[in-house]
Amino acid sequence: MARVHPYVPNSAPGVRREMLDAIGVASDEDLYEAVPARLRLAGPLDLPAGIDSEAELVRHVRGLLRRGASTEDFVSFLGAGAFRHHVPSVCDEVNGRAEFLTAYAGETYEEHGRHQALFEYCSLMAELLEMDVVTVPTYDGFQAASTAVSMTGRLTGRREVLVVGAVDPDKLERMATYSAATVDLRPVGSRQDGTVDVDAVLAEITGRTAAVYLETPDFLGRVNAHVGAIARAAHAQGALLVVSADPISLGVLQPPAAAGADIVCGDIQSLGIHLQFGGGHGGYLAVHDDVDLVMELPSRLIGLAPTVVDGELGFIDLAYERTSLAARDEGVEWVGTAAALWGLTAGVFLALHGPDGMAELGGTVLARTRYAIERLRGVPGLTVLAPDEVHFRELVVRLDSGDVGGVLARLADQGILGGVDLTRRVPDLGESFLVCVTELTSREEIDLLAAALTQVLAEGAAA
Amino acid sequence: MSAEPIAPKPALRRFHQASWDEPLLFELSGEGQRGVLPPLDPAAEEAVRALPAGVRRERRPALPEIGQAQVLQHYLRLSQETLGADLNVDVGQGTCTMKYSPKVNDSFVRMPEVSEAHPLQPVETVQGILEIMHTLERWLCAISGMERFTFQPGAGSAAIYTNLRMIQAYHADRGEERDEIVTTIFSHPSNAACAATLGYKVITLYPGEKGYPDLEALRSVLSERTAALMITNPEDTGIFNPQIDEFVRATHRVGALACYDQANANGILGITRARDAGFDLCHFNLHKTFSTPHAGGGPAAGACGVSADLVPYLPRPTVERAADGADGRARFVLDDDRPLSVGKVRPFYGVTANIVRAFAWIASLGANGLDQVARTAVLNNNYLMTRLLEVPGVEAPYSPGTRRIEQVRYSWRELTDATGITSADIGERAADFGVHYWTSHHPYVVPEPATIEPAESYTKAELDEFVGILAQIAHEARTSPEVVRDAPHASTIHRVRPGEMDRPETWAPTWRAYRAKHRGEQRPEPERWVPGADSPPRVHREPATHR
Repeated sequence: MARVHPYVPNSAPGVRREMLDAIGVASDEDLYEAVPARLRLAGPLDLPAGIDSEAELVRHVRGLLRRGASTEDFVSFLGAGAFRHHVPSVCDEVNGRAEFLTAYAGETYEEHGRHQALFEYCSLMAELLEMDVVTVPTYDGFQAASTAVSMTGRLTGRREVLVVGAVDPDKLERMATYSAATVDLRPVGSRQDGTVDVDAVLAEITGRTAAVYLETPDFLGRVNAHVGAIARAAHAQGALLVVSADPISLGVLQPPAAAGADIVCGDIQSLGIHLQFGGGHGGYLAVHDDVDLVMELPSRLIGLAPTVVDGELGFIDLAYERTSLAARDEGVEWVGTAAALWGLTAGVFLALHGPDGMAELGGTVLARTRYAIERLRGVPGLTVLAPDEVHFRELVVRLDSGDVGGVLARLADQGILGGVDLTRRVPDLGESFLVCVTELTSREEIDLLAAALTQVLAEGAAA
Repeated sequence: MSAEPIAPKPALRRFHQASWDEPLLFELSGEGQRGVLPPLDPAAEEAVRALPAGVRRERRPALPEIGQAQVLQHYLRLSQETLGADLNVDVGQGTCTMKYSPKVNDSFVRMPEVSEAHPLQPVETVQGILEIMHTLERWLCAISGMERFTFQPGAGSAAIYTNLRMIQAYHADRGEERDEIVTTIFSHPSNAACAATLGYKVITLYPGEKGYPDLEALRSVLSERTAALMITNPEDTGIFNPQIDEFVRATHRVGALACYDQANANGILGITRARDAGFDLCHFNLHKTFSTPHAGGGPAAGACGVSADLVPYLPRPTVERAADGADGRARFVLDDDRPLSVGKVRPFYGVTANIVRAFAWIASLGANGLDQVARTAVLNNNYLMTRLLEVPGVEAPYSPGTRRIEQVRYSWRELTDATGITSADIGERAADFGVHYWTSHHPYVVPEPATIEPAESYTKAELDEFVGILAQIAHEARTSPEVVRDAPHASTIHRVRPGEMDRPETWAPTWRAYRAKHRGEQRPEPERWVPGADSPPRVHREPATHR
């Protein structure tokens, strides 16, 4: 006789009979009376037998996963949208708490703590961003940017969005398809090495422009030094400025709003969320406390509210009527379950770091990136593109002899994941790859990469 | 013989939620305190100083400064003030399928092969996780009858969006201009909202007497302009639409696609399949049917399934099985070379941790286990309905006497008419008993709605406890309505004062906004956008409240 599965307690025969009797049916088949015979699946599902012993399940699943490796097994310089930063242990402790992990959509009365933690996430981000309104996280940076540019079309009634600087081509495609009913994206002002020709950008901004969209640091690690000028030019034409920024840089880099950005967005994966094979993303959206902009945000907003007891904090859903949950197709875009736990985690990360920690973290990443540029530009047979630009966390290396795939494979043989091949992703850059360094990348590891590249390229030249 | 020294417990739990009266993080700040110290490069300060003006941050962010133990303590207090599913008989958040998320599955996603794997590692170094993705895809194909799946969408609404993108690409590829989407009012709002976002005109069908739309009503709105039907079955009423294959046929007859929102699939696993009813696309929520934790509102995971005709449009990359490796083991690759693909709907490949969890959940249950899951979920639902309908004041609208599948949308109209206590009031009072309670999406087609979904995880005793709570609240509504109206009394906090901070002039979506509005904090006015003369006038909707 089959054992009762631990996840399905009422499959025990005795209680089953009791419940069927209470309902007044002979068998559970009677409960499916509405499903016509022609739609019934004949026979069991084509699935393997269950591994219902937990011990055996552990052996099976861990065995499968151990067929792989992780960045812990290599010296990794991989970035390109997924970043290996230190995850403080308190972040994991908090987001692993069953109360948070298994909660869902309760109100402030059942889930007051979750509401407070999310309000605090939004509030910590607001300080970092110098903006008063931050939403509960959306899915990821792709989604946040897609919404941000769509908002500008609705706000201005114009269709043209100018895209400045290097954007992940997958992301740009996602933004374009998402916002196609509202705006058209047009890249402008990029030089062949991916740097921004600001005069060319300014010349493109006209009365038809809904917005300028830029990233800082951008997909190639370049920090945009012209945000203020672009903001003023956009505003002079009645256009908005949308900036995507990684919050991990904002302990040291100017928050985009201070330079005139109207909508700021991005991904929060850097803030205490593990790589998870690309599964650890959350998106943020921020605006000034201007009702016209707020009413164009699709995501939930948590508001502070007094209760009937003095000094007690409560939380409410702000401007709920704008959401698709309240208004279906009449609402702003759509909203659903997204990435609340990662917002909460990012809040813990910011609370742990504080202003000094964020400044030190940003400073260390800046310094290591500069160190990597200086070390790698000394390697014969390659070129670091735009080495004098301010870079944060990433830089582009072009190989004089080509064969990026082969060189990266030889580095991998030595235990070094040297970077992400850009040859197909960003063909304008030639035979190039993207190198990522974070605060977890030591100077010694950067030296190791430089030495290994020197050796591999020399061997290639000799061959 | 004297009575036992310890008296028996009362019928209902004397619950009280944790209440720490915890201040906001910002109020815990102490100058110079640190929660974690990042690595400090010797050149860090110099690197910051070298930044040009306009690039370097000018004002120190007003983040709090808090010691590590104090940060932990703060968040643990907040966690105690949060009613996670693991703590309660979580059947009151109907449509959400709050089933048990096995702890063992969390242990898998903490392994470095998941948590520290970079998505662009060489494919040879991620064979285990790719095998899991590939296998889970085969399993969901077996469960739905579909040809292929993608796990890229981040949750259910993103899966709906992804399916609509594939529908859009499919018709565009055939040179067809179809600009209408038909859906139903009891389908999740995102079916309508995602369609509108993509520029479609949305036609929404309302239920007929039986609780689902009439076939004739559907036929009357289908035309050569219809791109797709987006429909759920059973809808949130729990009533299975037995004509669903007729709906699909009618849709196909005008050249449109039929897309099945399987948010409510839990009760029909192994009973009936999307493809067998003729659907071209479907989606599952891995965080509902397949047990991954709801994470306080995500990360979740959506899985979109398609028939053979739609496979070319799947998001890229797909996971493909390649020729076996030299060791004789199966080998897997990522295929990005898919010219008709709708592209990426998310960075990389999806919420990997939840793909692993869902895989492990199905692996544990197998075919027989899934059958038990479905039958037990339906048993629980009909048992709970039988017991709940014994409570005066509640009814289950539509098709009286029919069995329900995965949930029921009840109505307290009679109780509200008699007492003035609304379904929302009942929800507030339910918090005093340590359970959740949810009404319905908007608009409220069913008056004074309550949506209850017991899934398979709860025992008979737990279901009885939940019915007992609602019976008690209904009794209070008639005998001491103020107890319900002023609830909660045993929660972390008391009732929010309505109308004070829910308008643009007063609202505080962040602590920074609160300081600006209510403490008069002055700041430099930033450079910002001002609408141009050609900007469309702003018309805002009437305020509405959640719940």
